[in-house]
This record gives sequence, C-alpha cells and structure tokens, in this order.
Amino acid sequence: MDCDDALLRIYEYLDGEMTVWRRRAITRHLDECPPCADGFVFELEIRRIVVSKCREEAPVSLRRKIADSLGIVSPES
Amino acid sequence: MESGTLSAMADQATFADLATPYMSALYAAALRMTRNPSDAEDLVQETYLRAYRGFGGFREGTNLKAWLYRILTNTFINQYRAKKRRPDQVDLDDVEDFFIFRRLGGLEASAAQRTAETEVLEALPDAEVKEALESIPEQFRMAVILADIEGFSYKEIAEILDVPIGTVMSRIHRGRRQLQKLLWDYAEEHNLRPRVETTTGG
Repeated sequence: MDCDDALLRIYEYLDGEMTVWRRRAITRHLDECPPCADGFVFELEIRRIVVSKCREEAPVSLRRKIADSLGIVSPES
Repeated sequence: MESGTLSAMADQATFADLATPYMSALYAAALRMTRNPSDAEDLVQETYLRAYRGFGGFREGTNLKAWLYRILTNTFINQYRAKKRRPDQVDLDDVEDFFIFRRLGGLEASAAQRTAETEVLEALPDAEVKEALESIPEQFRMAVILADIEGFSYKEIAEILDVPIGTVMSRIHRGRRQLQKLLWDYAEEHNLRPRVETTTGG
C-alpha cells in the first residue's frame, strides 16, 4: 500500500464501502503517512462544509399542506 | 365507528409519526433537484401522498427513509424533470479527482494551506454552495445528494435510483469532482483565496 493506492480508494474508504481487510490496510498506511491522513481529513472537511451549507427547513406552508392532505386521503390497502 | 375506519386512522397516525421527521431533508433534496421552491413543495407533497397510499404495502423493518427517497426521485424523474427551468450549467468531463486537494499541491501541500482553504470554503455564502450543487448535471447531482447530504450507502442509492452500484460510484465520483471545481472557481472569481507566498523566505 503506497500513497497512490490509498488515494485511489479514498472515497470508498470515507464512504465506509470497503472490505474489512482493505480498510485495515489503508488505515495502516494512514497511520504511517501523515500527509495522506491529512488529505483524507481534508476531503471529509469539504464534505462537511457542503452539507452544513445545504440545509433547509421544510416551510410551514408545506407542513400544513401535507397534514391537510393526509387527513383527507383514504389508503387503498 | 367502523373498525375499518379505525384501522385507517391508525395507519394514518403511524405513517405521519414515522414519515414526518424526514420532511426537511426531503424538502432540501427536492429543492436541489427542482431548483425552485414551489416545485420542491409540490414534489414533497406528492411524495408524501404517494407514500401514504402505498404505506399498506410497506413492510416494517424495511428502510422507510430510503423508500421515501425512492418515491421522491421517481416522482421527480417522471413529473418535474420535463419542465426544467434552466439547463444544467456544467458537464466537465475532464475535472480531476480530488480537485481542490490537487490544486493545493496534493500530498506536497502543507497543513496550513489546507486549513486556509477550509476557511475559504467555510466563508462561502450558503447560497453559492447550493447554487454550485444545483449546477452539476442532474444524474451526478442526485447521486451526490443521496451520498453526501443524506448519507445513504452505495447499495441504498443503487436501489433508490434503480441503477447498478458501479454506476452509482461513477456518478458520485464525477459529481464530487465537478462540485469541487465549481466551489474552487467561485472562490477564485471572488478573490476569496489569499495569495500564498511562494518565496521560501530566509
């Protein structure tokens, strides 16, 4: 496992989409390679910032409309 | 009161209890997909109606959140996509992986450079980040929303979008690259990024 191998798998690693064995190999590399570890953390930071800036609150008008329409619809089953 | 009415009322209450907590998240996803608040409201309302009608067939123990997103994306694809108000702005096929990371110098970049860049990104107005996400092509955008904003697994996204896992991965990757490039370009255009001293000093 070198830096290129680790970077190639960064998304699968950060997404938790990886076999235990491969995950362990990458974790071992990150433990030994601070620049790679920093890079992984940086990628997560970018994601966290995007998530925090894309939040929305459902408008009251929508909540009311849904409550109203659920009240009048009868289920088919 | 007839027992049928009672059980219908119980269903209704159960559905409302289980599904209501996802409303803001569904609305956020709907807004990023339709890029229009009134369409987003209609889309979420339609999603809840369809989910409610299908709730009888919903099995306890299955993933309600994923099921709601599947209805949301299907409804979007079938109904709202047709009246697209503005075209996707970018399809940058040639954007490299980990665009921002590499722009900063990849593994050669210092921790200070990355910290500075994180601060630049933190300082971006919310509206610009939303705009950037809304600008990437729809297929990639939906994959990024489901993965990064909602935290679904590749397998769940494959089921929600009804595409193979390999397709999910490639859409997520391309979407993330394009999103990073747009964020980078915005900071550049607005001179948000401090000029890094290139002299080695001393």
